Amino acid sequence: MNSSWIILGATSGIARAVIRKLAAQGHGMFLAGRNQTELEAIAADCRLRGARMAEVMTFDARDHSNYGDLITRLRDEEGELNCAVFTGSMPEQEAIDADPNMIEGVLADSLTGPATFLQMLAPLMEERGCGAIAGVGSVAGDRGRLGNYVYGAAKAGFATYLSGLRNRLGRSGVHVMTIKPGPVDTPMTYGMELPLMTTPDAVADDILNGLARKTNVLYTRKIWRLVMGIIRVIPEPIFKKMSI
Amino acid sequence: MDWKDTDYAGWGRALRAKGAIARPDTRAALNRLEAAPAFGMRRSYGDAALNSDGRAVDMSGLDRLIAFDPDTGQLQVEAGARIGEIAAAFAPRGWLPAVMPGTGFATIGGCIAQDVHGKNHHHMGSFGQHVSQITLLQNGQEISVKPGTRLFKATVGGLGQTGVILRATIKMQRCAGDVMLVTERRAPDWETHLALLDASTASYTVGWIDATATGEALGRGIVEEGESASGLVRKPKGARKVPFDAPHFALAAPVVRAFNQAYFYRVPARGRSVVRPLQDFFFPLDKIHDWNRLYGKRGFHQFQCVVPLEAADSLRAMLAEIAGSGLASPLAVLKRMGPGRAGYLSFPMEGYTLAIDFPNRPAARALIKRLEARAAEAGGRLYFAKDSLAQGAQIAAMYPDLPKWQTEVAKADPAGALETDMTRRLKLRSAT
Ligand SMILES: Cc1cc2nc3c(=O)[nH]c(=O)nc-3n(C[C@H](O)[C@H](O)[C@H](O)COP(=O)(O)OP(=O)(O)OC[C@H]3O[C@@H](n4cnc5c(N)ncnc54)[C@H](O)[C@@H]3O)c2cc1C
Ligand SMILES: NC(=O)c1ccc[n+]([C@@H]2O[C@H](COP(=O)([O-])OP(=O)(O)OC[C@H]3O[C@@H](n4cnc5c(N)ncnc54)[C@H](OP(=O)(O)O)[C@@H]3O)[C@@H](O)[C@H]2O)c1
Repeated sequence: MNSSWIILGATSGIARAVIRKLAAQGHGMFLAGRNQTELEAIAADCRLRGARMAEVMTFDARDHSNYGDLITRLRDEEGELNCAVFTGSMPEQEAIDADPNMIEGVLADSLTGPATFLQMLAPLMEERGCGAIAGVGSVAGDRGRLGNYVYGAAKAGFATYLSGLRNRLGRSGVHVMTIKPGPVDTPMTYGMELPLMTTPDAVADDILNGLARKTNVLYTRKIWRLVMGIIRVIPEPIFKKMSI
Repeated sequence: MDWKDTDYAGWGRALRAKGAIARPDTRAALNRLEAAPAFGMRRSYGDAALNSDGRAVDMSGLDRLIAFDPDTGQLQVEAGARIGEIAAAFAPRGWLPAVMPGTGFATIGGCIAQDVHGKNHHHMGSFGQHVSQITLLQNGQEISVKPGTRLFKATVGGLGQTGVILRATIKMQRCAGDVMLVTERRAPDWETHLALLDASTASYTVGWIDATATGEALGRGIVEEGESASGLVRKPKGARKVPFDAPHFALAAPVVRAFNQAYFYRVPARGRSVVRPLQDFFFPLDKIHDWNRLYGKRGFHQFQCVVPLEAADSLRAMLAEIAGSGLASPLAVLKRMGPGRAGYLSFPMEGYTLAIDFPNRPAARALIKRLEARAAEAGGRLYFAKDSLAQGAQIAAMYPDLPKWQTEVAKADPAGALETDMTRRLKLRSAT
């Protein structure tokens, strides 16, 4: 059967690593994002690595006006549809403090944009009764922290959304996986000193393994499940005095 | 953030640098950066890819395949693409890069800038001979460079001094499939070893030499010949990792001798033929990630020279000195090279090349210095991809086209913005 992957935020550092592996497996690729030049370059790369086909789509998390057209195009594509979400932005917390209006954009990039799109895609996938959705949250969504709680709130919201979507789509044979990466060495984090950093390539392997095993919530690296488990149980009166 | 202060090293980890590194993954991000030397995966052992107290651009993020023409085999790629990834993507479709070095992690930019050679140098020549176009970023401008021009000859093997290589078109070669049919034969001594290399008509030929064997057994080893083939073979296992710096006794002399002994006797006296995954044949060491850490914190040096055919006896004398020193590491490589080279500073010459690792210790450094002198006397050459100890004057004598290279480089980068630790150490851009 034909199989296709729709990638929201296909220019992201993590997405690139995932896309390569999917292309080499021969899937059709719909590469969605804002930067057409980069997307075209990635599409050409996909075709040469073995993708059945690769097509570029304009997707802006902050502008939902063309989502209907994208869904129409996807409806025409026969076979299994899958979707992976990598959009997100992480401005410095100080920048947000200086301009609280930025919160809307942060929420759009990580939560409302992709959720709106997925909500429109879900019926199509339900109808076909197969495929998977993989959405990127973050360990930062597991507890609000001094350094990045707006970003964390957006990721927490997206994780909750995906958990509900999993509950709904599981009934029709569509699997939904929430990905919670710790720090990954991409342009988003380049130059930051972060603990337990991993590579996009390792995260991509984890994601593909997780999908094969129908994992529900994937921490990558695995150690983060433990770390966040501990961080989550720290009582609030103590946690509020900590700066981690 | 564009620039990150980084503590980094060449592959041998004996030479290190501190400086700001950028790792653009889009053209736009690269365009924002001021001129600085570029590097690929830093698989060069010494300081070719280092710029102490300066800036450097890591090109490994710009690594996309751009276009392929199945009628001509021309493949256009971004400079950061790794040769092993290209091989893995194309071999199942019947194509391989015409020339591949012994590590699949080398990038196209690095393969061009060192004009690398492979196990088929005697037939196919050097990497640069299969490059049909290079796009350079020179002082903010994109320049297309074609074979036959002086700028091409200065760029291929040119250590990145003519500009940042953005993309290139390479001519791929037809292959039968993604496995290799490998014939291994024991060479009990130096004479037999050279004779087997000389007589080989295989597409790919390499000799693994036991550099610890002395006396009668001096120069013994395994001669490996390979042809590409198709067929079923189990997929290579995932790579293993060296998780920490090994203590320095890991490669102590008795361990190395025992390993080499076992490696030699692994192949039956009458030889054998086996089918191997492509990666195992071309990139045997890549299976162990970060194997350079086996040498511990102090790192290691690789000595590689080539001497003309008629100087084979000098090479034998060098090997005798190495074997007598007790300093050699597990595997050394002996190859017969053809004359093929594409740049003013390309390493290859028709003759024999020997490559061997030494731990970074005073006795080994002293030995390498003596070997360098012997290579110079024999009319041979040292390889920039491996060198970390040579001196400018010695190098200038080995590379007669150095002045031509300097003229082109002076035009391409008048301000010296692309100088690296290597060009400064060897005074490459100013030596006469
Ligand atoms: C295990 C192993 C086996 C090897 N076997 C062989 C072999 O069989 N034959 C052989 O010839 N070599 C061999 N080598 C050496 C290796 O092929 C070269 O050092 C090659 O240059 C490494 O590529 P790189 O991308 O890591 O380049 P780097 O080491 O990062 O850079 C090498 C040089 O190229 C320049 N450069 C890199 N990218 C660019 C760019 N985009 N624009 C401008 N300049 C650039 C750098 O400035 C530097 O001078 C081997 C190395 C290892 C570790
Ligand atoms: N790197 C980490 O340490 C880490 C850790 C946990 C979670 N994550 C999450 O993983 C995902 C991928 O991150 P990454 O590290 O790969 O970062 P990245 O390279 O910076 O990628 C972010 C991606 O989001 C896209 N994007 C941002 N705003 C958008 C918008 N309004 N509309 C459409 N696309 C938009 C970007 O597109 P453009 O190219 O057009 O800008 C880019 O593709 C993100 O959701 C991130 O939050 C990352």
